[in-house]
Amino acid sequence: MKEFTPPPDSASIVSVTDRVKQVALGMAVTSVHFLGPRAAFVGGEENVKFVDSEGEITTVAVHSGGILSTASDGKRIVMGGDDGKVVSIDAKGEVTLLATDPKRRWIDAVALHAEGAFAWSAGKTATVKIGKSEEKSLEVPSTVGGLAFAPKGLRLAIAHYNGATLWFPNMEGSAEFLPWAGSHHAVTFSPDNKFLVTAMHEPALHGWRLADNRHMRMTGYPGRVRSMSWSAGGKGLATSGADTVIIWPFASKDGPMGKEPAMLAPLQARVSVVACHPKNDILAAGYSDGTVLMVRLEDGAEILVRRNGTPSVAALAWNAKGTLLAFADENGDGGLLEL
Amino acid sequence: MSEATSQKIPVTVLTGYLGAGKTTLLNRILSENHGKKYAVIVNEFGEIGIDNDLIIGADEEVFEMNNGCICCTVRGDLVRIMDGLMKRKGKFDAIIVETTGLADPAPVAQTFFVDEDVQKNARLDAVVTVADAKWLSDRLKDAPEAKNQIAFADVIVLNKTDLVTKPELAEVEARIRGINPYAKLHRTERCSVALADVLDRGAFDLDRILDIEPDFLEADDHDHDHDHHHHHGHDHHHHEHGHGLKHYHDEDMQSLSLKTDKPLDPNVFMPWLQNLVQVEGGKILRSKGILAFHDDDDRYVFQGVHMMLEGNHQRKWKDGEPRESRLVFIGRELPEEAIRKGFESCIVS
Repeated sequence: MKEFTPPPDSASIVSVTDRVKQVALGMAVTSVHFLGPRAAFVGGEENVKFVDSEGEITTVAVHSGGILSTASDGKRIVMGGDDGKVVSIDAKGEVTLLATDPKRRWIDAVALHAEGAFAWSAGKTATVKIGKSEEKSLEVPSTVGGLAFAPKGLRLAIAHYNGATLWFPNMEGSAEFLPWAGSHHAVTFSPDNKFLVTAMHEPALHGWRLADNRHMRMTGYPGRVRSMSWSAGGKGLATSGADTVIIWPFASKDGPMGKEPAMLAPLQARVSVVACHPKNDILAAGYSDGTVLMVRLEDGAEILVRRNGTPSVAALAWNAKGTLLAFADENGDGGLLEL
Repeated sequence: MSEATSQKIPVTVLTGYLGAGKTTLLNRILSENHGKKYAVIVNEFGEIGIDNDLIIGADEEVFEMNNGCICCTVRGDLVRIMDGLMKRKGKFDAIIVETTGLADPAPVAQTFFVDEDVQKNARLDAVVTVADAKWLSDRLKDAPEAKNQIAFADVIVLNKTDLVTKPELAEVEARIRGINPYAKLHRTERCSVALADVLDRGAFDLDRILDIEPDFLEADDHDHDHDHHHHHGHDHHHHEHGHGLKHYHDEDMQSLSLKTDKPLDPNVFMPWLQNLVQVEGGKILRSKGILAFHDDDDRYVFQGVHMMLEGNHQRKWKDGEPRESRLVFIGRELPEEAIRKGFESCIVS
């Protein structure tokens, strides 16, 4: 039906909402990753749903309870569940059981290395499995909040209370403790391997320059940072947690020290999830009111992908080529956009 | 879906000194035929005999918030577990957090006030303390944790009453009341208390501060007017009360109630209260109040845990309802005189 009434958002912003293929996933969604040409939406519990370019949905059961953590390298997704299992799913939808916690403890965090090693944590223990060799474990002083592999070498960062631990699983006695008071959750290395950043329980990030362990405090957020994404080439770290996308500059050797972050795409809602384009200086941002925007980093120009008026956006991802964007809100109303 | 308060999942905190009977109560809650499903966060796996896939082991990891407030501690493991449990929303109706026998309930309670995400999804319902009728009196002397748990409680299940004589029972009750006259107290054998008396109490619900008023009033009348006359001396540990009830004052943990039928000046009262909990928040475990402000037709209610306060206008004062302000503090070594003086200075003259 064609009408002359302009849509409410037409005046100020370019919209591609009509090009989005709607996907009704029918489950609470917590993350999305591309495996080959299909978007794999990870549910809050039990299932992964693949969506192809036609919008066709294929459901695969992966856990017998809640899915607590996910990591993907584009070839597979590794997941940890409250059933004590570490499971992977590949592009064909094949599910592999990778590990089981002997006490059936929750698998709180997982990480995936570019060369196939993977790590998980249950309680205070982080465990790494490298190829066919034996599992190696490290106990840190308190419960693990997050895990990340370094982009170079086989090194694992483990976030916990009062700091983070860096560990070369293949080197006995290599654990190095980076202290900073507070509770540290998600953790990420900069793509150039020079910085480590954690999202803290309080509304702040903390960073260390790995050359000299110099501290970087990144504060000022109204809410906890739950989503971090490195821009193409690692020049900036885009984050959720405020009513604008906050992007910390990491291009110089000092990282964000003494610099102001860029603040893009302000809305009357909290940014809930961010995903930087893999090649270009563009990012996608999801908000607590259901809005999804694409934002150009250079000048903050915005394109509307999805309108507000729904629950918070929970999942957002680009495919490796940057030609497809997938998203879903907490209730499982999702979409695919082909560029 | 909206996230209305009513949809927040109620959380019951179950405390009690070692051996008091927490696990017995927990097993009863889980096995009774009430048609509800509970997610249970326990500190020790294996003690619960019920098959339930929503039993989660916790490590009681307490950490200080980086906000410069030393009593502002939260349970980090709970933040994480609540996060995980929310992925299974709809699979359970309520959450029970069991603490270890030596735990201080404050960090658990504070987790539900301080953490934004936890607060969005869950609400603290009540702190339930199981106490051993035979041994509590001794523990109150030698275990500060046991005293904290009694002081913090909204509901006290005084268990193993079959193991003590009547005078012994009266003695332990008097000791409990000396610390916390406001909690609902239930005498039980093998924790056989009606679950409705333990669960879904709404003890932290500002709208239900009204419901606790009767106890509040009653306790007020026999404990604190009297306390007032005797002026906080420690010389009356064993005197007989009018009702034949022994009356104790605990050496370091007390409750303090204040009331006035004259209106308060909100511009004086609010800063006074804020400052009081800032300065004395380490000593004040719980606080609550119903307030009548000058030129204000609405009742104001508040409650607090240590330094954390929350308050709101509740409803209009009813016609004929006496516009009285009442405050209660439970805490350790409360500076009673200073609090009374401060409160009096808030009265509109």
